[in-house]
Amino acid sequence: MVRMLLTGNKTTAYSAMRSRVQVVSAYPITPQTTIVEHIAEFIADGLMKAEYIQVESEHSAMAAAIAASNTGARAFTATSAHGLLLMHEMLHWATGARLPVVMVNVNRALGPPWSVWADHLDSISQRDTGWMQYYVENNQEIFDTVIMAYKVSERPDIMLPSMISQDAFYLSHTVEPVDIVEQEVVDNYLPPYDPPYRLDVNNPAGFGSLVMPNHYYEFRYKIAEAMEKAKKYIKEAAEEWYEITGRDYRGLLDCYRCEDADVVLFGAGTMMSTAKEVVDWMRAEGKKVGVARIRVFRPFPGEDVRKVADGAAAIGVMDRAYGFGRGGAFFNEVNSALYNHRNRPPTKNYIIGLGGRDVKPRHIRAIFNDLLKVKDEGLDEEFRWFGLRRENMPEEEI
Amino acid sequence: MIPYDKLPHTPIASVNSVVVKTGAWRTFKPVINYEKCIRCMICWKFCPDVSIRLEDGSSYPAQSERIKETIKEAPVIDYDHCKGCGICAEECPTKAIEMVPEEK
Repeated sequence: MVRMLLTGNKTTAYSAMRSRVQVVSAYPITPQTTIVEHIAEFIADGLMKAEYIQVESEHSAMAAAIAASNTGARAFTATSAHGLLLMHEMLHWATGARLPVVMVNVNRALGPPWSVWADHLDSISQRDTGWMQYYVENNQEIFDTVIMAYKVSERPDIMLPSMISQDAFYLSHTVEPVDIVEQEVVDNYLPPYDPPYRLDVNNPAGFGSLVMPNHYYEFRYKIAEAMEKAKKYIKEAAEEWYEITGRDYRGLLDCYRCEDADVVLFGAGTMMSTAKEVVDWMRAEGKKVGVARIRVFRPFPGEDVRKVADGAAAIGVMDRAYGFGRGGAFFNEVNSALYNHRNRPPTKNYIIGLGGRDVKPRHIRAIFNDLLKVKDEGLDEEFRWFGLRRENMPEEEI
Repeated sequence: MIPYDKLPHTPIASVNSVVVKTGAWRTFKPVINYEKCIRCMICWKFCPDVSIRLEDGSSYPAQSERIKETIKEAPVIDYDHCKGCGICAEECPTKAIEMVPEEK
């Protein structure tokens, strides 16, 4: 075991190295830039053997990753915010062409107002592109998830791309101890990419070509089917990784002290580590609270959400993004998973931490207290913009 | 109809665009005036559809005999596949390519 002190971005570069990525397409954007810089250094220093393609935009970065993947190479890229939005068209292409590209997105707010800080709206806006989406809470999880994501994406019966999202600055530029698993251990876990079909000059063919309405529908169904199957494989890949490393990512939903909790708070990313800490404090005070971190957002762990709902009297969902017109995406998805379920506790959406505003322990504590009130007195409002600057705002929201 | 589970992951066309003659889509065709051509090959480089080939240039005129002696190849348009986008005409530094309406 090699334990190193690394930023999230350097961890990401190591994850690409250990995954034996063969093609990296790179375009810089804050706060992602140092990921591709570190990879460039690794290649220049001979530590990593890969083609490094400097492209002229993020749209081209994804196009290059797609083409590389289509030839049978393991492809990687990374981006943030507006860069991810510029890739949008090609994200759909990677899915439709069934190419297991893996990308790390550093979650950053969208402008204007211009902002480089953490916010989930960039990746949430890519929800329906058919990419598997993971949200991580620490640097170790970035490293582990990139490797596991390749394992799942490259399965012949999956062949779908994966996006791993890490919070801007909280992880990208923050140093944490990370276990960089030895190359031979990763090699045993992740075999070389061997796709069922590929671009080959000796056997020319057109990929992703035109189909008539009598078959388009079937191709879309096949993507839906693979995405559904991926739930099982994500758990299997995590099980195998757990046996090797002892680190546990076996749930699509990372439940912390949910089993006997009266109220459960959902959410994603780094703020959920804070929430777990607050759970311990409040449990010590005799309050039965728990946390369910959405680690995998696509495919959505609807069955696991229902399991949590069976034991809870009230559910809160924190969203670090807002879908204008109707609440945060995590809230809406949790609600949609529960609507046809027999147990439907009241659910409340807390909009929080947009544009990198700190989510502090006292905020989480206030949210849990608010949820305990919902449990006793019923739902007062569906959407709460927690910490909105206003006259006479309560102390705990500042 | 092919059942969904018998389809590949993504449509794969074994008949490629060498066989599919996309030239029929054209409304304007590029015509090279070889008297003005300096064999810079910018048209060949810019063609987005790989529809300009480099062929033996001995049978085509050029702007000067010296050019013909120095550069043995000449750009030739593949009308079976050229869609008539006009990029070659736009980029040609000596205005040697004219876009002529297709008439039948």
